[in-house]
Amino acid sequence: MALPVAQPVASDLKRSAISSGASASPLLEIRSVTKRFGSTPVLSGISLDVAEGEFLTILGASGSGKTTLLRLVAGFEQPDAGEIHMAGQRLDTLPPYRRRVNTVFQQYALFPHLSVFENVAYGLRVQNAARAEIPGRVTDALAMVKMSEYASRAPAQLSGGQQQRVALARALVNRPQLLLLDEPLSALDAALRREMQMELKSLQREVGIAFLFVTHDQEEAMALSDRIALLRSGHLEQVATPREIYQHPATAYTAQFIGQTNLLRAEVKHGMARVGVLAWPCASGDGRATFSLRPESIQLAATARDGLPALSGDTARFTATVRRQVFGGATDLLELDCSGLTLLARVPSRGNLEGAWEFEFAAAAAVRVKEEGSRE
Amino acid sequence: MYSRAYKAAVGIPPLAWVAGFLLLPYALLFAYSFWQVGAQQVIHRWNLGNYRELFDNPMYLEVLFRSMKIAGAVTAFALLLGYPLAYYLSFRSRRKELLYQLVIVPLWVSYLVRAYSWKTILGSDGVLNTLLQYVHVVRHPVESLLYSPFAVVLTLTHIYTPFAFLPIYASLEHIPRRLVEASEDLGATPARTFLRVILPLSLPGVLAGATFAFVLSLGDFLAPLLLGGPSGIMISNVVVSLFGAAYNWPLGAAISLSMLVLVVVLLSIVQRAERKLSFG
Repeated sequence: MALPVAQPVASDLKRSAISSGASASPLLEIRSVTKRFGSTPVLSGISLDVAEGEFLTILGASGSGKTTLLRLVAGFEQPDAGEIHMAGQRLDTLPPYRRRVNTVFQQYALFPHLSVFENVAYGLRVQNAARAEIPGRVTDALAMVKMSEYASRAPAQLSGGQQQRVALARALVNRPQLLLLDEPLSALDAALRREMQMELKSLQREVGIAFLFVTHDQEEAMALSDRIALLRSGHLEQVATPREIYQHPATAYTAQFIGQTNLLRAEVKHGMARVGVLAWPCASGDGRATFSLRPESIQLAATARDGLPALSGDTARFTATVRRQVFGGATDLLELDCSGLTLLARVPSRGNLEGAWEFEFAAAAAVRVKEEGSRE
Repeated sequence: MYSRAYKAAVGIPPLAWVAGFLLLPYALLFAYSFWQVGAQQVIHRWNLGNYRELFDNPMYLEVLFRSMKIAGAVTAFALLLGYPLAYYLSFRSRRKELLYQLVIVPLWVSYLVRAYSWKTILGSDGVLNTLLQYVHVVRHPVESLLYSPFAVVLTLTHIYTPFAFLPIYASLEHIPRRLVEASEDLGATPARTFLRVILPLSLPGVLAGATFAFVLSLGDFLAPLLLGGPSGIMISNVVVSLFGAAYNWPLGAAISLSMLVLVVVLLSIVQRAERKLSFG
C-alpha cells in the first residue's frame, strides 16, 4: 500500500478547523459576561468576539480578570450574567469536557504518572478515538512541537520549556476549535521565552486554529497577536490590532500600559493645544484634553540634526535640557526637562547630549486620549 | 561543630533507652524462642522444637490464618469506608477542617470504651437486637452477632478506619487540582478523571492506609478478647495465654517472633511497591 508522503498534521488540523462555507461570523462570542467572587465583581459586562483562525491576546495587569475570562471560556467557572457562544451554539452551559476547547495551563499541568506519549494521547483515549489512529496522531503532534525523542520520558524528567511543548501537543492533538493559553510563557527565562514566542506564532499560523492568549506582558502581546483586548479591572479598555492600539490608544491607561509614552495634560484654545511652554496645532474642541506622545515621536530639531530631512506638516518645537541619557544600543532614551515639564524622548544613539537642545515633534503624533476624572 | 563529648552526652540516653527497652527485650524473645519448658520451669536447651510445633500443630496455623482473614476483612472494609470519606472531604466539601476534625475526634475516645460500646449494641439484649425485634425482622434475638468473628471485624473496622483514612486523605490533598481541570479540559468526565488521574495518584496513600489497617488488626488483642468468643480468637490472644495460664514462654516467644518477621517482610514489600508507585 503506497501512501503519499505523510501530510504534516498541521494541514490536517487546519482543514478541520476551517468552518464549512466562508462565513464571516465570529467563532467565539462572549456576550455581556459578568463574574463575581463573593461580592467583588471580577468581570463586568464583557463582550468580545474571536474570529476563526485569529490570534487574540487578552492583555492586562494582575487582578484585571484575564485569567477568569479564560476560565469562563474553558468551563472551569460559570458566568453570573451573560452568555458565551461558539460556532453559533451556547457554550457556557456545557461542562468543560463537552466543549471543543482545549487549554494550555500556566504550569503545564502534565500528568506526572503518565509518560509524555500517554499525556498527549490522554484526550484521544478519554474521548474514545479510534485506537488504531492514536499512535499516529500522537507522534504527529509530538513532531509538530519537536518533542519526538521524548515520547517515553516522564514529565518530571523534562525542563520547563519541554513540558510546555508537551502541554501544547496534548491540547492540539484533539483538534479543538479554539485553543486557550493561560500565560504559557511566563515561567520561562527571557531567551527561551522569545524563542517560544516565535515558535508559537508560526505554529498558530500553520494549524490555523484560533488562539485565545492571556498575558500581562505587553511586548509579548504586540509581537504575537492579530488583535489585543486590553482588560482593566474587569472592563475592556480597548480592542484593536497591535499597531492600532499602539499608535492610537483610546485612553491614558492604554497609552501608558502599552509601550512608553508622555501624557500631556493640555488646554486647547482656538485650535492650539498648550501645556507649559509646549504648543501645537490641534483640531479638537476647546477645553482640557489629555494627549499621548510616544518618546520616539520627539526628535532633535532639524537644525540640530545635520543633514537629516526636517519633519513635514505641523511640527511643534521646544527647547529642553537633557537631564539623563540612557544608552540603549540602537537608540538612546533621553529624560528632558522642558521648563519644568518632564518628557521622554527616544532618539537614534549618538554621543553625549548634555546641555540644552532644540527638539520637535509632529502635531499629529500627539494623540488625544480619554482620562478618568477629567472633564472631557 | 559539636564536640565528641557533647554528641556522646546527647546521644547516649536515647540509645540506652532503645537498647534497654527495645533491643534487649527482642534479644530475650529471640533467645526464649529456642528454649523449652518442662515441670513448671524453663529449660535452657537450644532447639527448634517451638517452631516445629508452630507449623505442625494445626491449631496454631488455624488461628494464624483466621487472624489474617480478619485483618484482611478489616482492611477491605476500612478502605471501602475510608476512601470515599477521604475523597469527599478532599474534593467535594466546603468545610474541610471541621469535617476532618470530626473524623479524628473518635480517636480520642479510649479503645476499650469503644469496644465495650459494640458489646452493648450487638448483645442479645443489645440495641441492634431490640431494634430488629421491634420492626419484626426477627422474632428472637440473634445470638451470633456478639462473640463471633463478625463482631471482631465490625469493631476493628470501626477502630481502624480513621487510620486508613488519614494517609489516603493526605495523598488526595496532594493532588494538584489543576490536573483535575486538565483532565476535564481534555474531555474526561468526572468519573473518568477519577479512574485515570485521581485514583492512580492516590495509590501510595491507599497502600499506606491498608498497611496500617492490616498490621494493626493482625496483632489486635482487645477486640477478640472482648467480643470474639471462642470462634473469634486471634493470634495475640494465643500468645497472651501462653505467657499466662498456659505457661509456655518459649512457644509464646516463638510465635511472637514469627509474627514480627511476617510483619517486617510485609512492610518491606509495601515499601518497595510504594517507591514504584510514587511520582514527582
